[in-house]
Amino acid sequence: MVGDRSNLKPLALHVPEPRFRPGDEVDFSAVDIPAAGAAPRPDTHAAPADFTDLSYSMVRVLDDAGQAVGPWNPRLSPDRLRRMLRHMALVRAFDERMFRAQRQGKTSFYMKSLGEEAVAVAAAYALQYDDMCFPSYRQQGLLIARDWSLVDMMNQIYSNRADRLQGKQLPIMYSVREAGFFSISGNLTTQYPQAVGWAMASASKGDTRIAATWCGEGSTAEGDFHSALTFATVYRAPVIFNVVNNQWAISSFSGFAGAEATTFAARAIGYGIAGLRVDGNDALAVYAATAWAAERARTNAGPTLIEHFTYRAEGHSTSDDPSAYRSAGEPNAWPLGDPIRRLKDHLIAIGEWDEERQAAMDREVAEEVKAAQKEAEKNGILGHGLHQPLDSLFDGVFEEMPWHLAEQRQMMIDEEQASGRPWARKG
Amino acid sequence: MEVAEIIETEAGAEAGDTQRMNMIQAINSALDIMMARDDAIVVMGEDVGYFGGVFRATAGLQKKFGKTRVFDTPITECGIIGVAVGMGAYGLRPVPEIQFADYIYPALDQLVSEAARLRYRSDGEFIAPLTVRSPFGGGIFGGQTHSQSPEGIFTHVSGLKTVIPSTPYDAKGLLIAAIEDNDPVIFFEPKRIYNGPFNGHWDRPAENWSKHPAGEVPSGYYRIPLGKANVVREGEAVTILAYGTMVHVCLNVVAEAGVDAEVIDLRTLVPLDIETIEQSVRKTGRCMIVHEATRTSGYGAELAALVQERCFYHLEAPIERVTGFDTPYPHSLEWAYFPGPVRIGMALKKILKD
Ligand SMILES: Cc1ncc(C[n+]2csc(CCOP(=O)(O)OP(=O)(O)O)c2C)c(N)n1
Repeated sequence: MVGDRSNLKPLALHVPEPRFRPGDEVDFSAVDIPAAGAAPRPDTHAAPADFTDLSYSMVRVLDDAGQAVGPWNPRLSPDRLRRMLRHMALVRAFDERMFRAQRQGKTSFYMKSLGEEAVAVAAAYALQYDDMCFPSYRQQGLLIARDWSLVDMMNQIYSNRADRLQGKQLPIMYSVREAGFFSISGNLTTQYPQAVGWAMASASKGDTRIAATWCGEGSTAEGDFHSALTFATVYRAPVIFNVVNNQWAISSFSGFAGAEATTFAARAIGYGIAGLRVDGNDALAVYAATAWAAERARTNAGPTLIEHFTYRAEGHSTSDDPSAYRSAGEPNAWPLGDPIRRLKDHLIAIGEWDEERQAAMDREVAEEVKAAQKEAEKNGILGHGLHQPLDSLFDGVFEEMPWHLAEQRQMMIDEEQASGRPWARKG
Repeated sequence: MEVAEIIETEAGAEAGDTQRMNMIQAINSALDIMMARDDAIVVMGEDVGYFGGVFRATAGLQKKFGKTRVFDTPITECGIIGVAVGMGAYGLRPVPEIQFADYIYPALDQLVSEAARLRYRSDGEFIAPLTVRSPFGGGIFGGQTHSQSPEGIFTHVSGLKTVIPSTPYDAKGLLIAAIEDNDPVIFFEPKRIYNGPFNGHWDRPAENWSKHPAGEVPSGYYRIPLGKANVVREGEAVTILAYGTMVHVCLNVVAEAGVDAEVIDLRTLVPLDIETIEQSVRKTGRCMIVHEATRTSGYGAELAALVQERCFYHLEAPIERVTGFDTPYPHSLEWAYFPGPVRIGMALKKILKD
């Protein structure tokens, strides 16, 4: 035995604590926000070890005056910027309306992406339409930016008779193969290694398509996250890992995923993967970083991990009440502002937009969503009768139904008859 | 339904001192009492600390016992259970929460290969005195990832105990016994009945525990030993074996059908109270098993085998199994999936006719 420990201070367990709790005055001045335009833009074939500082700083394009500055400025046409703005506004209007539909009892569950619209929408703009997305449950912006039908999304949310998933899956857990959108799982981070597998397959077949995947910062704790990064670096898979650091994982702040000690982008460094930390409320920065990572992946230079620094401005889901664990002042005090407002200010600053057109656009997207909702509700809402044929319950467990499932299906039909009250179906 | 007698009340505890509780409050009370009695007990899991858990089962505990004994964890179930095993090796008694049973799978290796076998492989040098709490079961429109009943996966593992309460009274007494147990216990809480018993009629108004006899819960310490079933209704015509939510559904079906059934709430699946089951089946000559979990290789299969092995010559009809179907838990067709009053009633009719 070496040494006498009798005069050592006893060990102490460190348990992270967020800076603000309900009732606290919020002051985010300690959050380090590097100036827009300051981060250098490495060549897309640079070695990850040569730009590890980009895992700790922040890629930002839009400055406080609404100008796009620095080497990451993607120089998008005003037309493209206006379309991007409209898609982000559409996501917000969609969220607003579907959240309300849940509150009105029209479905069981909903999750908003308020404040995070840029993360999904701008990424969709930087990817090719046939690149494959493996999202979490908060990237509805990908589908909307790919102009997927709002009515179709709502049908899924209502589990109604036009639901492409036959009412089998929880609301918002979309699956749209046609739009390069992988079936969302409720189990966190399972999509991460799956995206790597898709990317490896694409590479092994000499394809040109790449994969992209998203998870929250809380989800980076799951083992699947680390398995994915290991495979990706070993096989130099053409994949983009997005960590949406919206500061909160239900009631747990990012410190419970390790943010007190380092950034999420820095997770890349240990794996030898390219890492970027990006202002997630800056649509141009998200676009530029994604385009950079996509070029890297598409030219066999390997995977990139992008941390999108943003803020979850709403509750986790319709089942959550954030006022129980965080200060109500946080969303408004968030130093990176509102992504829609920032893109709008930019367009106005370059003389390509004005308040009147913004107001007209807001009315337009609200109308579009309202009309879609009306259309979707013609196909029924959750709870008002059974919209799917009863025996569809057994479809899709296997490609071909084994005897025991056929038998159980018959049991169910017998049960319906015995009830003397055939399961109410939507008339 | 009568409240089972209080078993093993601690000397000095006032038997008359009771409170109205729902199941969440009863679980909270068990944790509170045990943490005060034994400072080796720690509560950990996703959102269990400051917030007190997504179902609020750990509300107030962090404030009372401090952050080093009640703490939020990173979102990694494998990590949560692995860390709990290590804490157990040090001498703590962790009570980790897995937010939903549907999310326990990343922890399977730590549970199956590690916690369950640690005592055996180290010949008792190390033990894993964990109680893994997790809400399970459907009936809340939770879709495939907030509805599953995976108890059969755990009853299949040697070295794990599996406990499922059906009332606030049982939840508290069983949780205390589970925490005191020196082996790993999977403690599945039927979330559908957190707030009140459920008679199986999803289209009727929800009930709460305020009028149920087992919603009256002793304020202090008491334990219900693991491995002891509860005969919740005595009868002669048929034995019904159930646990969790299905106990209430069965009691209601029996009442509505006017059948003199004996309903046994197993309370602990492993170790099983086989004696109570045997006695009952010998008396009634018929046995029906009801669980919400999928059918194939479900716990009902084990029960059917045991009853057949031990009571074969007393059986007057084939054993009936009423279960969920062998499909993932659907969202919109939830009530077609759920083994409700009609399915149970049909099986009851059949077993009584044979
Ligand atoms: C394997 C698994 N564990 C736990 C959960 C429960 N759960 C759902 S969302 C969530 C928080 C995730 O937070 P984060 O990854 O930061 O994403 P965010 O919701 O903030 O977008 C938790 C714990 C789950 N769905 N899956």
